[in-house]
Amino acid sequence: MAVNFKEQEGIVEDILSAYSERAKKNRKEHIGINDKETCGTCVAKSNVKSLPGVMTPRGCAYAGSKGVVWGPVKDVINISHGPIGCGHYSWGTRRNLANGEAGVENFVPFQFTTDFKERDIVFGGDKKLEQAIKELHELFPTAKGIIIESECPIGLIGDDIEAVAKKMESEIKIPVIPIRCEGFRGVSQSLGHHIANDIIRDFVVGTGEIDESKKTPYDVAILGDYNIGGDVWSSMKIFKEMGLNVVAHWSGDGSIEEMKITHGVKYNLLHCYRSMNYIAKHFEETYGIPWIEYNFFGPSKIKESIRSIAKLFDENIQEKSEEVIKFYEPKMQEVIDKYRPRLEGKKVMMLVGGLRPRHIVGAYEDLGMKVVSTAYEFAHADDYERTTKEMEDGAIIADDMNEYEFVELANRLKPDLVASGIKEKYVFQKMGIPFRQMHSWDYSGPYHGYDGFEIFARDMDMAINSPSWKLVKPLWKK
Amino acid sequence: MENEEVKKIKDWMNTEEYKEKNFSRKAIVINPERACQPLGAVLCAAGFENTMAFVHGSHGCVAYYRNSLSRHFREPFAAVSTSLTEDGAVFGGQANGFEGFKNASALYKPKMFAVSTTCMSEIIGDDLGSIVGSAREKGHLSENIFAPYANTPSFVGSHLEGYDSMLNAIIETLGKKSDAGKTDAINIIPGFDTTIGNINEVKRILKIFGINYLVLADYSNTLDSPLNGEYKMYPDGATKLEDVKSCVNNKATILLQKYSTKKTAAMLSEKFGQEARVVKSPIGINYTDEFLMTLSELSGKEVPKELEDERGKAIDSMTDAQQYIHGKKFAIFGDPDMLIGLTSYLLEMGGIPKYVLCSNGTEDFEKEIEALFASYSENQGEVYIDKDLWHLRSLIMTGPVDMLIGPSHGKFAAREAKVPHIRAGYPIFDRVNIHRYPIYGYSGVINLTTWIVNKFIDILDDTCDDAHFELLR
Repeated sequence: MAVNFKEQEGIVEDILSAYSERAKKNRKEHIGINDKETCGTCVAKSNVKSLPGVMTPRGCAYAGSKGVVWGPVKDVINISHGPIGCGHYSWGTRRNLANGEAGVENFVPFQFTTDFKERDIVFGGDKKLEQAIKELHELFPTAKGIIIESECPIGLIGDDIEAVAKKMESEIKIPVIPIRCEGFRGVSQSLGHHIANDIIRDFVVGTGEIDESKKTPYDVAILGDYNIGGDVWSSMKIFKEMGLNVVAHWSGDGSIEEMKITHGVKYNLLHCYRSMNYIAKHFEETYGIPWIEYNFFGPSKIKESIRSIAKLFDENIQEKSEEVIKFYEPKMQEVIDKYRPRLEGKKVMMLVGGLRPRHIVGAYEDLGMKVVSTAYEFAHADDYERTTKEMEDGAIIADDMNEYEFVELANRLKPDLVASGIKEKYVFQKMGIPFRQMHSWDYSGPYHGYDGFEIFARDMDMAINSPSWKLVKPLWKK
Repeated sequence: MENEEVKKIKDWMNTEEYKEKNFSRKAIVINPERACQPLGAVLCAAGFENTMAFVHGSHGCVAYYRNSLSRHFREPFAAVSTSLTEDGAVFGGQANGFEGFKNASALYKPKMFAVSTTCMSEIIGDDLGSIVGSAREKGHLSENIFAPYANTPSFVGSHLEGYDSMLNAIIETLGKKSDAGKTDAINIIPGFDTTIGNINEVKRILKIFGINYLVLADYSNTLDSPLNGEYKMYPDGATKLEDVKSCVNNKATILLQKYSTKKTAAMLSEKFGQEARVVKSPIGINYTDEFLMTLSELSGKEVPKELEDERGKAIDSMTDAQQYIHGKKFAIFGDPDMLIGLTSYLLEMGGIPKYVLCSNGTEDFEKEIEALFASYSENQGEVYIDKDLWHLRSLIMTGPVDMLIGPSHGKFAAREAKVPHIRAGYPIFDRVNIHRYPIYGYSGVINLTTWIVNKFIDILDDTCDDAHFELLR
């Protein structure tokens, strides 16, 4: 069917008409109509400031560093350094699961903060930080590192957290790592990912001793899987069955001990390109470790990914990989046979972070669903380059899409499902549109891997086909 | 790590020695049940007609407040920021403020902006009043849109002070003293109360009394809006701005929390000469009785028989079920006013509020709890202010309790201590609909009793041997 670009452009134009001229000009550059042949940046401009006063879905650099990259590392203590709020809001709200005894091997379920008061703002918080680190080391002697996650005030009041970190590291003999991820830096979470990656490069990478006797030709690391609802575990299962040896997983259910020895692996397997491409590139440049992107959402993409990863290894791995595909394909076909008839042709609109808006498209397509628009909170140009190829021509692609645009777009595209975050969930449910949270898997998951697809398919079906949606209009209004 | 080593450390964490170490820390705070000021300000905004919460600061902060409030209420939560970035830190945030007002006015067409701050805008020294004033002068902010503003630095107090400051600013800015004298209506200020059921219960009581009333800030409908196929950014049922203007001329204001309304209470009496009566949060029989007496006194009406009958039914449920609570030990935590009410209720039931722990409590609060303990000599407990849930863990691992009551974050300590945890307060992220049920009033007494007692009975049924698995409980 020919795509009516004019019609799609008209929809966008219509939505933008509510803005002032200046805001309209700005937002127009961020919303485009997909054309597989064109460049990503031609479709949407990205990674620039959000408009003040407009309800952007974006978070901050602290969220990117503490919440995304470092938060899931289970054997270190993340201090939310500054006032009380940031640590409170990011406490246990991301679903990055981790094994291990809480307080001994696993510090993920905690909220550690220096809880700045007015006097700390006025007189500086370095002394308090030093004292806090001493206390933590006494109370949690098995912690493998202490990470100082700066909140906004730190950079504004001129504290020297680097000096404190250095001093304390020599005193307590575990890594004490200062991060300048104040929330006002950059335009979104994305800079926080980058800052956290750089800090890992400078403080962690290459610091571990590799036991040469344990090395195998099949050693790999997973980068950019945060184990939301158990994603890392269902992904590792596949790698293991392929014959690969996962030495480290960054950073879901991960540890600083693994990060320290990642430079010994043969390949880095990168899932979330947006948040960990920096460290993948560093491993390549410094240690000559190649990296490959993969996509573990939905059987089509999983198969493609297994094959492209297997190609990097010998025949032994390639054979095993084909066996893995052969083993799971009939099971996946059963899932598709069960759900596809219930979901065929259903329209989806997505707004997620920096990877999923393109990576999940294939999983929806496996179920016969169609992604009519996709949007990112904090993607960059390289993400859009990858996105245009995944999406159908004529689909609407938007950058930093705010609530007004999202709602108006939904009013016009009439999706059967909206897939986004908690801030968006109840907006669309009030409109009577089925919804799934795609940051947290809506308290379900995993969604990665073969095991994950079955859960994904079930969840999408239950969202869309729940009998409860049929009750929205009362008898007397039907 | 080896299992034995892990167990050894874990066992050490459960000792008196560890508890002492834990209680002697001065700098690090671990698992505090306390959010920051702007969250309270933003919540307050949701209680007013067509009002947009407008936070002068980074958008990351606002994303956090919206996430947190949406998770608790399971509702949409609208709020905007001025998206301050590094330039703001260097040049100040005025330009962002201007553009923010302009964009938000065009898109969201509010009748009022409830303007608050974050740590960043406070530290860079932005003058909120002058930004709002200049925005009006330069035409970025229409004269038709109210814009009360409050300083809500995150490094002072907690969400309670933020709520207070915003409410104070809204009433002070909009309130207009009339020459016509006082009306017979009574204002109700719930305070930072995220139990929607409480606000509805208070309204129901006032209706039964036949008292004209006005709730400020009333988010009982905006944060519990019907699903009918239409999304409204400003759902119906919030406090009308016209009513805010005239609220200072109502006969009196009853404040149902003390620690989230101090500034507002003082402003009402000092600036507007209104009687501002702070009552104990009406949790349990005694405090509900006191609330009804206050209503009776202020309205000149007798307590209606309907409510007296409700009271009798609540007493009936309590006396029938008290055997399951009598002598049981509780650890309770959360915001101060709720804790005072829960302590009173547990004491009424013969329970022992062994630990009352408040991450944002003051010395005043401590004294109030101690006075309550003193009035029931047999059931002494301990009160802790400025302590966190890692302290609470040490307490319940060394001196066990039978149940925890408080917000969701307590679940980690409850699991370690292997005791049940009843959810109450803010935030509740892991149970559905709890916030829709009141813990206020006589209905609240029945709800609390139902949850606590049935939880104990469920555990008995789940853990007893076959011979004791009885039909009768």
